[in-house]
Amino acid sequence: MMRAGAAALFGILPLVLLQAQDQSGVRLGLTYRPGFRPALLVLPIRGTMGDSLTTILARDFDFSDRFTVVPSSAAADMNGPPNYPMFAKLGVDGIVQATLLPSGWLRVVLLDVGKKAVTNQRDFPLPNPAGTPSWRLAVHGVSDTVEEWILSQRGVAQTQIAFERDHRIWVVDSDGANARPVTPAGLSVAWAPSGRALVYNVNNGRDPLLVTELATGAQRTLTSPSTAQDGTPAVSPDGRTVAFSRVSDVGADLFSIPFGGGTATRITVGRGSASTQPSFSPDGQRIVFASDRSGHNEVYICDLDGTNVEQLTDGVFGDRNYRAGPDWSPNGQMVAFESLNGGTFQVMTVNVRDKTTRAVATEGRNGDPSWAPDSRHLVLTSNRGSGVRQLWIVDIESGRARQLTRGASARLSSWSPRLAIP
Amino acid sequence: MIRPFRLMLVLATAPLVLGACHKKKPVVAPAPVAPATAPEPTPTRTPPTTSATPVDTMAAMNAAIAEARAKLLETIYFEYDADALRDDARATLDSKLPLLNLNASLRVRISGHCDERGSDEYNIALGRRRAETAKKYLTDRGIDPSRIETASFGRERPAVQGESEEAWSKNRRDEFEIVAGGDRLRAK
Repeated sequence: MMRAGAAALFGILPLVLLQAQDQSGVRLGLTYRPGFRPALLVLPIRGTMGDSLTTILARDFDFSDRFTVVPSSAAADMNGPPNYPMFAKLGVDGIVQATLLPSGWLRVVLLDVGKKAVTNQRDFPLPNPAGTPSWRLAVHGVSDTVEEWILSQRGVAQTQIAFERDHRIWVVDSDGANARPVTPAGLSVAWAPSGRALVYNVNNGRDPLLVTELATGAQRTLTSPSTAQDGTPAVSPDGRTVAFSRVSDVGADLFSIPFGGGTATRITVGRGSASTQPSFSPDGQRIVFASDRSGHNEVYICDLDGTNVEQLTDGVFGDRNYRAGPDWSPNGQMVAFESLNGGTFQVMTVNVRDKTTRAVATEGRNGDPSWAPDSRHLVLTSNRGSGVRQLWIVDIESGRARQLTRGASARLSSWSPRLAIP
Repeated sequence: MIRPFRLMLVLATAPLVLGACHKKKPVVAPAPVAPATAPEPTPTRTPPTTSATPVDTMAAMNAAIAEARAKLLETIYFEYDADALRDDARATLDSKLPLLNLNASLRVRISGHCDERGSDEYNIALGRRRAETAKKYLTDRGIDPSRIETASFGRERPAVQGESEEAWSKNRRDEFEIVAGGDRLRAK
């Protein structure tokens, strides 16, 4: 089953895939179809940090949830032309062959077993020395590119997740490596779309919003409320505006402020209710947020000026149910949110157009979802397994969940945009 | 050997000396001896002060001040997902009122807290509501609002760790701190 479909992507084309090929037979970009996963083999890479390179690439393909990764031990070193029939027998659809060049660059060749040919090749510069965080980020960029070659969509390996741990903001690579604190204190965090800065608050009673530049660690104060408490920031897709919740003696309302600083402008008028946790639509025109104006938290959408409020979720009333923590998917189609329903803490998605909902994380207690740039993976907080809250990454298509953080508890995560090499 | 008359004189004047120096450490014969063997003073006279009594007065005053401070700092508790004042919370707030009125320079901060359930970020808003509710109770009864600050720490600063109703009930609270004017509290 998988073989037939996977082989189709590389050579033998069943009827359904003919749409991906024009009249002259030239292969066009192939669209991923749920349920069909190409089987990829990453040949062992020789040289300094070769094992790490191989492992990182193979793991990225596995974590993408779009490939079946054939263990590297299945094939010995390839000397000379590849033995395509042998690989075909092993069930391999594509071979990733990488060589460390004397210059330090990585030459990556993609071989299509079905077509018995090289389909892509590129040399990638890797930072020196090997093994550093920026080196790892560059290697993730390699796997994202290979994914783009095969599926016409870039992967999300070259991303990071910001989160709260021990009352500080931390950042971890998408594969779980290199978790480190990046601020001295903090609670809620949001990425700037440049990927170079974080906006966050500090819960000290006069909670300010701060901006930190990740490359330098430099910080500046964005808001310093005199009696209120600011939190739950979100940055607009064009990077120019920060929306946030301001908690005061008259409840909590959404405000916005220019990313560079300035005057805060009110968005919602809650008249004593609490509006919190804003998230921008990808076109930057609307905001989704949580509000308890009905008596308990539900998810609402409004325009940037607070008008045209529309209720998005409408759960079962009673027994203290609620829906909160919304995040708008980068492709605009869905909002992920956390839901307490009949005693179960779940993460769900709602289709913005038709409002149909779907549970995507129900094991243990789940909350705080944040979308990956592919609108398919979510990072969320869950206490499944250990009973300690950790970050988990869920693929909403296959349902696969993998644990991202370990050790001290983690929560309130935010997935970065795709990151460029600094 | 001192003649009985002189002994009587010395012992009779001892209380006068002691009474004048009640703030200093008394320098006299051992206290138990003097009152026991001294001639009985006339009934209208106040009992002889001994080295113990001056400390008692201070202790009583200190105790009253400590009790006043404790009343001002006493925590109040809330029901789940609620910011309404319970009867016991109202009683506790009532006991703070006279002390706030007596000490006009006193400024306090009320910090609202939540248990660990629910959205952590929403809990900041809920905790603030709890602080504002207590503040309003006091300002409705005449306390100047400028004397009361409010803040919320959501579930970020639990009083008790744990995932039981017992732990949760102890975390749903308002805490009170004196931020100014608490050096010389008047208890009454």
